[in-house]
Amino acid sequence: MSERNDITRRRVMKSGAAAAAAAASTPYFFTRAFADGHGYLNAPKGDTVTLGFNVPQSGPYADEGADELRAYELAVEHLNGGGDGGMMSTFSSKALKGNGILGKKVAYVTGDTQTKSDAARASARSMIEKDGAVMITGGSSSGVAVAVQALCQEAGIIFMAGLTHSNDTTGKDKKANGFRHFFNSYMSGAALAPVLAKAYGKERKAYHLTADYNWGYTTEQAVKESTEAMGWETVAAVKTPLTQTDFSSYIAPVLQSGADTLVLNHYGGNMVNSLTNAVQFGLRDKQVNGKDFQIIVPLYSRLMAKGAGANVKGIFGSTNWHWSLQDEGSKAFVKSFGTKYGFPPSQAAHTCYVQTMLYADAAERAGTFNPCGIVEALEGFEFDGMGNGKTLYRAEDHQCFKDVLVVKGKENPTSEFDLLEVVEVTPVDQVTYAPDHPQMAGGNLGTCNSGA
Amino acid sequence: MLGLEKSDFRLLLLVIVLTLFAPFLLNPFPVDSTMAQFNAGYPDLMQRFVIFGIFAIGFNILFGLTGYLSFGHAAFLGAGSYAAIWMMKLLTMNVIPAIVLSIVVAGLFSLAVGFVSLRRSGIYFSILTLAFAQMSYSLAYSVLTPITGGETGLQPKIDDPRILDSVLAVGQQARANLFGLDMSTSHDLIVGGWAFTFNAGYYVAALLMVISFYISIRIFRSPFGLMLRAIKSNQNRLGYTGVSARPYTLAAFVISGMYAGLAGGLMVAMDTQAGAERMFWTASGEVVLMTILGGAGTLIGPVLGAGMIKYMENIVSKINSTVLEGWFAWMPEIIQDVVVAVVYPFVGKGWHLTLGLVFMLVVIFLPGGLMEGFRRISDRFFGGSRKTDNSTGGTTAPTAAE
Amino acid sequence: MEAIVLQVLNGLDKGSAYALIALGLTLIFGTLGVVNFAHGALFMIGAFCAVTLSRLLTLSHIVIDETQKDFLGNARKVEVPYIYDIFGEAAGNVIIDWAVPISIIVAIPVMMAIGVAIERGLIKHFYKRPHADQILVTFGLAIVLQEIIKYFYGANPIPTPAPDAFRGSFDFGAALGFDPNVIIYPYWRLVYFGFAAIIISAVFAFLQFTTFGMVVRAGMADRETVGLLGINIDRRFTIMFGLAAAVAGLAGVMYTPINSPNYHMGMDFLVLSFVVVVVGGMGSLVGAVLAGFLLGILESIASMGAVLAVLPGINQIILYLVAIIILLTRPRGLMGRAGVMED
Repeated sequence: MSERNDITRRRVMKSGAAAAAAAASTPYFFTRAFADGHGYLNAPKGDTVTLGFNVPQSGPYADEGADELRAYELAVEHLNGGGDGGMMSTFSSKALKGNGILGKKVAYVTGDTQTKSDAARASARSMIEKDGAVMITGGSSSGVAVAVQALCQEAGIIFMAGLTHSNDTTGKDKKANGFRHFFNSYMSGAALAPVLAKAYGKERKAYHLTADYNWGYTTEQAVKESTEAMGWETVAAVKTPLTQTDFSSYIAPVLQSGADTLVLNHYGGNMVNSLTNAVQFGLRDKQVNGKDFQIIVPLYSRLMAKGAGANVKGIFGSTNWHWSLQDEGSKAFVKSFGTKYGFPPSQAAHTCYVQTMLYADAAERAGTFNPCGIVEALEGFEFDGMGNGKTLYRAEDHQCFKDVLVVKGKENPTSEFDLLEVVEVTPVDQVTYAPDHPQMAGGNLGTCNSGA
Repeated sequence: MLGLEKSDFRLLLLVIVLTLFAPFLLNPFPVDSTMAQFNAGYPDLMQRFVIFGIFAIGFNILFGLTGYLSFGHAAFLGAGSYAAIWMMKLLTMNVIPAIVLSIVVAGLFSLAVGFVSLRRSGIYFSILTLAFAQMSYSLAYSVLTPITGGETGLQPKIDDPRILDSVLAVGQQARANLFGLDMSTSHDLIVGGWAFTFNAGYYVAALLMVISFYISIRIFRSPFGLMLRAIKSNQNRLGYTGVSARPYTLAAFVISGMYAGLAGGLMVAMDTQAGAERMFWTASGEVVLMTILGGAGTLIGPVLGAGMIKYMENIVSKINSTVLEGWFAWMPEIIQDVVVAVVYPFVGKGWHLTLGLVFMLVVIFLPGGLMEGFRRISDRFFGGSRKTDNSTGGTTAPTAAE
Repeated sequence: MEAIVLQVLNGLDKGSAYALIALGLTLIFGTLGVVNFAHGALFMIGAFCAVTLSRLLTLSHIVIDETQKDFLGNARKVEVPYIYDIFGEAAGNVIIDWAVPISIIVAIPVMMAIGVAIERGLIKHFYKRPHADQILVTFGLAIVLQEIIKYFYGANPIPTPAPDAFRGSFDFGAALGFDPNVIIYPYWRLVYFGFAAIIISAVFAFLQFTTFGMVVRAGMADRETVGLLGINIDRRFTIMFGLAAAVAGLAGVMYTPINSPNYHMGMDFLVLSFVVVVVGGMGSLVGAVLAGFLLGILESIASMGAVLAVLPGINQIILYLVAIIILLTRPRGLMGRAGVMED
């Protein structure tokens, strides 16, 4: 099958520019001709390279998507030499020069994932087929990340995941063309357990409420296994529907069960509502087994913490990154983001910014936009200065290994952004796992696809 | 010809010509012009146009003819998708078995749902279908995860058995194909500043849509179709003549369910992924809106409605502030800022707002949907007598609401 | 035993939210015969009345505090609500704290006005149009309303807490002689239940015992004849629509402390409220309220761990399963009238 593949018009136009000029208006058929030896899909021709920013712009995660988009725009500005350069100055790799990527100015297109797999894929395909995007990035759910990652693998485009926390993205659904900088359920569990044991003791009875879909399952499993290893007991684990808005009937029986800790494996709207409901029931004022009742939210996001308001005070959770970190990379990023937009970036913004930089750097080091070159440059790549300390992009599953933050809702926030405080920076060694860990089992990375 | 009246044959011919030349019609703007943003002639969107066209044509056979408003048709589309993806995982990446099984599975599923739901009529019927679809969605998203993939859905993987296919070479991707013809194969025709894309998958889907459309015309014109219309206009009177309506409505329900299954199977054939979200009630609602927007009960209206909604979703949502600034760059800066500020809430992330306004404006000014608009335009130009609405059933005659 | 008592209690509360929304919907849908897909949006706008009011109450001017630093290291801008300047900090805080209950007073006229405007401007022209057209226009309206709210308030949920006085929960278990801490229920949810009961009774009393209500009920039964009697039924239907909007809006206002409101909360409730109304039976207010409580209680019981252990996933489908069973055994729902929306 020598003639297949989606060749975008824009790309065709660029490649055919000379021929078209010569032939003036003579129509001609164009069928799969990588005559210039750039044998890969959407190889940028002119003096620009197009990236596709595929983020939720409608639906419940639209605000998170908007923050991701801000980060992308900032990254593009920095890559093209504008602004103060942000984390480019603290990044350990110095390949980027502020003249675009490989000398080509960075352009971008945006799309709306609606946080639905179908819509996200439609949007990504239009970027690949119509706009000639050479890399797709973004998203705020694992469903979307896995769906778009599979699409990019099939088409021969690099996918740099946005916010996706399920183990599956780099576990059973991992793909050679996909990369994840964000942390995952396993890491949350591994980072949280010791901190919880220290704060709440080793004899706790936990009650899990779990969102009834893949991410919920992996998070419940991760937190359960790592807390049980610390000596905790799991009293019950109840699944709640994704579409649930009122969690009262799930929370009311918690006290009866004899549990003294409630783990809310929820994200987004689910988490805002279940936490609000739990606090409303006065669980945190109760005493069970002679201990103060506690609530835990394994995955925190600042935007969701904002939605839950005062209810997050004193509640432990984990997060990928937080703007109050004092390393040079984080400070540089917060400064340029804050100067441009007037408020500090969210963890979603951070991971998206870093992913764009890492892609650009990999292309620069590889000397090509060819996905296989990028994959080679990113696999096993070690870097620093991007806000999470020393980080490794592991070759076996394309997951980043770096420090994980354990945070707590702040008692006295000074602004609407200052809702979480970092309790502990869990070192990377503690959250690293073997590529064939049972929680990640069943995937096959395959080989890179350049679309050729 | 083909068992059709002259006017119907002309309509079929029109549809064939339109689908055949869609790559030209949908790409009216040169690639490097700022208007290229409005070009819709890329494979994914063209495929979606015809797939949702099929979905809406099928839905119209039930709703447009019998008046039974199903609010759960997305469940059949979803069931078809799952059947197709499992065929691709277990049997072969060839799209034929996948599509055939998706129609069969959706047909059986709709038979079961229809058999139960059609015991009631009106709003009670709508809620029954809605309930079945929502149960399908909820279970597929959660407890049925081992079969459906749940949140992350199903995609072909390297390690799938695919017993009929030869083993993939290292680095080879599993791709949907028709006896070796890859669905993503595209050719580009360059004419001056224009580029037109011809995609294999699109033409496979378009062929199936034309066949679907032909079958739909035959149904509309058949004694069976007449019977369905009789059910819509007065079911009681039909009962007095000793005719039981249920076998007919059930047949219509199953046929439209099979159309939905075909659409679901094609979605997988064009883009190898199946997820539970396409069974959510909003997806069922979408096909209802497509049909009404285009003109329920007209032959071609639902296809237009489908195209309109998908166009908004895929084109308008991609217009961001940078694009806007590009368009209005020729204006003085102050005016440009004002214009961008005014337009911005309606495009990009605000595309839903435009969609909502279009719904309202169409239904307020064009009762009977987009087809009504075309009728009025042609009346103006060709005189009032000419009948362009090609269905004798006509637009849904406004009946008193009760 | 305690577990069941608790879930019944829970169900009553959940049910009161369903009943309240379904009541408003059935006034429009079951009696005026309009398929109103914008009803969820009205509920959402009610909730945002509360958000808006608490925003207005906390409207602030900025004082630069040189002693503190913001995240970029500049002097921090401290926001001081104007209300402090008027009432002093202590009284100001009390008013801000009571924003949600105060919103009720604001929401009634606002929602009435919105309801009347929608009916006069839009719905009026659709009484005689097919249901399909009603669906399209009200769905379009719902999207537009929702997008307007999203434009001004964003997509993230906005915390809108209840007054401090209602924090915590009441220990029913201790009061009834069970062990303490076993049957607890938040004060605000009890308030919600009581509030719903009052609104529902008020609507019933209004329709049952006033002349206005009598005319409306007559108009529902036979609009033409009432019109021939020289009674302006149109104007009364307009007021009914306003009333329904107000009921939906109040349900929304009071719901804000239970769940932080966001712009798409209406859509989340839309399908559910249709199911409740239809299960209750078209055209029956009593049916809608009954169905609301019934579904609320069954949903709560289905979410118990013990039930889920036997029937995994039952909590996902219970509402729809019950709806199917009821509609198959009782052709017109619990108390539906014949001939309403049956064709």
